[in-house]
Amino acid sequence: MPEVLDTVVRVVAVLAAFLVLPLAVGQAEHKVMAHMQGRLGPMYAGGFHGWAQLVADGVKFVQKEDVTPAAADGRVFRLAPGVALVPYLVAMAAIPLAPGVVGADLDAGLLFVLAASAVAVLGTLMAGWSSANKYALLGGLRTAAQLLSYELPVVLGASSVAMAAGTLSLTGIGEAWRPWWMVWQLPALVCFFVGGVAELARPPFDMPVADSEIVFGPYTEYTGLRFAFFLLSEYAGIVVLAAMTTVLFLGGWHGPGPDGAWWMLLKTALVSVLVIWVRVAWPRLREDQLQTLAWKVLVPLALVQLVLTAVVAVGIAS
Amino acid sequence: MSSIVPGLLKGMAVTAKTLAHRSHTAEYPDVAPDLPPRSRGVIALLEENCTVCMLCARECPDWCIYIDSHKETLPATAEGGRERTRNVLERFDIDFSLCMYCGICIEVCPFDALHWSPEFEYAELDIRDLIHDKDRLGAWMPTVPPPVAADASAATPKEVAAAQKPPRRPAAPPAPA
Repeated sequence: MPEVLDTVVRVVAVLAAFLVLPLAVGQAEHKVMAHMQGRLGPMYAGGFHGWAQLVADGVKFVQKEDVTPAAADGRVFRLAPGVALVPYLVAMAAIPLAPGVVGADLDAGLLFVLAASAVAVLGTLMAGWSSANKYALLGGLRTAAQLLSYELPVVLGASSVAMAAGTLSLTGIGEAWRPWWMVWQLPALVCFFVGGVAELARPPFDMPVADSEIVFGPYTEYTGLRFAFFLLSEYAGIVVLAAMTTVLFLGGWHGPGPDGAWWMLLKTALVSVLVIWVRVAWPRLREDQLQTLAWKVLVPLALVQLVLTAVVAVGIAS
Repeated sequence: MSSIVPGLLKGMAVTAKTLAHRSHTAEYPDVAPDLPPRSRGVIALLEENCTVCMLCARECPDWCIYIDSHKETLPATAEGGRERTRNVLERFDIDFSLCMYCGICIEVCPFDALHWSPEFEYAELDIRDLIHDKDRLGAWMPTVPPPVAADASAATPKEVAAAQKPPRRPAAPPAPA
């Protein structure tokens, strides 16, 4: 019985995190972006500095008509938002806040999270392909091209850390982490983070949804709750990316002073703000620049990092 | 590549600096806007000054001023005097759905019957309600700000200068009796 209870508690905790953290990031994006542009952002909903803006948005989205275009591939079209959203829930279950504070402590947690979050991009591709809309199709294909290009630096960057730690378990990597890894694994950090932002199609890598040229890319035909799911999946993706960056490269629950889950939450929040900050500050990359950055800069950098990691790891071992 | 990185860092610095400053947003419905003097909000009518000369209605580029009047005859004040007629204003409407706030009517009024008021919250649900009649235009009068004080070094206003001018020639000496 305690085992069942334990499982229930973990499931509820992961679900709560999945429902709260993306909204917190979304609200932070509203406010941080507004203040970076000299605005106030939402101020009314909920009374205090518009804290309930996203809740109100959710209520609004629920009320909207759920339209499936006549020419669309209905089942795929309706399934796509779920495919985009659920993998992040699954991924979140495997990311530890601290040793033991985790939904499911997997031996190959790193592999699991990377695989799950790559599936989410598939939802976007499905949406683009099934919409029967040329802008959606263009956006979907750009998403696919982006996934193919940037999955490589992400995986290479992550494998560099896995190699350094000698384990694929996220808890194991977090425990093996030492502060000087921030220098040693810096190129891997850059590759992983940049690649992760690109996989989320976040600015400056938002070519797939480039609203000034292809309307809203794969999400063009979506309305109501399904559209909201795509937006939510973007914020859930930010949380997963930030949490993974923190566990792999920034020491997770380690910090000056006593270790604990709050370090993990604090660092995740800071990395999420960085993702938002980058969106505000930088212009969108053109499609060819995007591919150039992946193949000519990040992939070579990640390969050099792998060699460096291998040499240093062997040097430490011997 | 070398030129890209400083640019990216500068972008982040600029946004961070903006984040650290207070935003410039005026939260309008909660906080009254701080309007500059001579804001063009609404046109106020001082009915007593109007002589129904019709200059405003004629100069109005989009013909949004409607004036009706009639003449009244005033009996002579002295025995054997002449009766006088004067114009009485019946209707003075400004259609603010047509008005383009050019202010020509106010410029052209020779008797200062029209004034700019900074009030701007007179939106209506029905466009026909944007026609303000003379009572409504008169009701804006208390909101007209006093004229901006002239610069210390400015020339004397012509009304004041005219009043201060000495008489053109000394008063004629009393005729010898």
